[in-house]
Amino acid sequence: MRKWVYYKDLILVLISKEMKVRYKNTILGFFWSIANPLCFALVFFIAFKVYMRIQIENYIIFLLSGLFPWQWFGNTVNSSPGVFIGNANLIKKVNFPRIGLPLAILGNDLVHFLLSIPVLVIFLLIYKKHPQLIIWSIGIPLLCIIQSLMVLGFSLAVSSLNLFFRDLQHLTVIITNLIFYFTPIIYAETMVPAKYRPLLLANPLSSLIISWQDLFLKNILRPSLIFVACGWAIVIFFVGYSIYKSLEPKFVEVV
Amino acid sequence: MNTVVSLKDVYKSYSLRPHIRGGFKHFLLHLPKYLKEMKQDNTFTVLKGISFEVKEGETFGIIGPNGAGKSTTLALIAGVLKPDTGTIEVKGRVSALLELGAGFHPDLTGIENIILNGILLGLTKREIRQKMDEIIEFSGLGRFIYEPIRTYSGGMLARLGFSVAIHVDPQILLIDEILAVGDANFQKKCFEKIMEFKKKGVTIIFVSHGLADVERICKRVALLNDGRLIYIGKPKETIEKYLEIMGKRRNGRN
Repeated sequence: MRKWVYYKDLILVLISKEMKVRYKNTILGFFWSIANPLCFALVFFIAFKVYMRIQIENYIIFLLSGLFPWQWFGNTVNSSPGVFIGNANLIKKVNFPRIGLPLAILGNDLVHFLLSIPVLVIFLLIYKKHPQLIIWSIGIPLLCIIQSLMVLGFSLAVSSLNLFFRDLQHLTVIITNLIFYFTPIIYAETMVPAKYRPLLLANPLSSLIISWQDLFLKNILRPSLIFVACGWAIVIFFVGYSIYKSLEPKFVEVV
Repeated sequence: MNTVVSLKDVYKSYSLRPHIRGGFKHFLLHLPKYLKEMKQDNTFTVLKGISFEVKEGETFGIIGPNGAGKSTTLALIAGVLKPDTGTIEVKGRVSALLELGAGFHPDLTGIENIILNGILLGLTKREIRQKMDEIIEFSGLGRFIYEPIRTYSGGMLARLGFSVAIHVDPQILLIDEILAVGDANFQKKCFEKIMEFKKKGVTIIFVSHGLADVERICKRVALLNDGRLIYIGKPKETIEKYLEIMGKRRNGRN
């Protein structure tokens, strides 16, 4: 019993530390967390809608519905390489559950994602789209759990491996950038030719991001896609977790 | 008396892992060379078969020259490190004062850092809140406790760290060379606190180069040299042996 209370407290305290330290606890912190996807949405809108005339209705809200969840994924994974290295002193001197550190990063980015949903709702209302409360109240927690598992898997793998291969952080940035363009965020799933569709779904992020777009834009959830996303999340989580588990005893010596 | 800490034939070595610095790219480019290196024995043995037991309520000292393996021994008992072979059994809540103010962040206030540090040392939020007043009182930081700790002096930071660490209510207290923090008054306060723990029956394992402190506090002292346990016994005898070794080393060099 005490053990669970302790785990909960550890994660909450580390998340609140992340928030205080990263954004100095200000309203500006919230602004920064949404400024980035909003700016990218604007740039993609100009490049693809205005210049290249992409055939997607309400392109701005289409972009935002994919960019906000992507931002969560990208932020957590790209800050993962520094998670253990940045706390070298702590790992060397204190015996505490190390998984608390990546969990705190994940928690911090999850909170910022949740805070960005009202902003998305404002945009949806501007475009005369109305969120349906019932499906959203099922869909948001469900997709958040799937995405948390998936992101945590990636994060554990990257943060642990980066202790042994210190250039992994550069590789991580490159790979997340590549995955971004292979995920239907700036283009629609329907624009991908049928023969490439398996390739699209081989990207673990695709099914997840499409599900977010379904939920935000059409108020629907497609069980088949959720099933794929869920499968990916479980596989990635277990791979990431077993990498972490097998390397964790050596952290102290290499950090 | 029950045995609360027991080490049996503990070996600990560190791998030198030369491949880490090169990173992943270098690793792939020089794969055959690295695989060969990994197979070779690229380790540095710090502890070479250490065994001892500490009884409940005992105050146990560890002394020895630099690099003898004292801090490694403490880190093993604290559970930060795992032994290569041999067993380590520890019964009871350990508070390890291996480093004061672990996890302190300069931008957070004294109070926020107490919570952060307390959690990392194994307390729940509720337990920290219950002890908050005592911790602040003991640190003697007064109104500075509401300021970000980047405004603190080194001594103030050490006081805050020590204050949190000793309020963890340990059953086993590990202390690594930290009595040298703060000014004379604070040192005296720390010393009194340790004596109070001793009276309460807390088991204390104490690593220090301060031979006078060791003699004053400890009931039994172990002497480590070059990863081996050389002697274990009363403080006075162990210290004599230690001085003998140091004397020999000096003569050997001259």
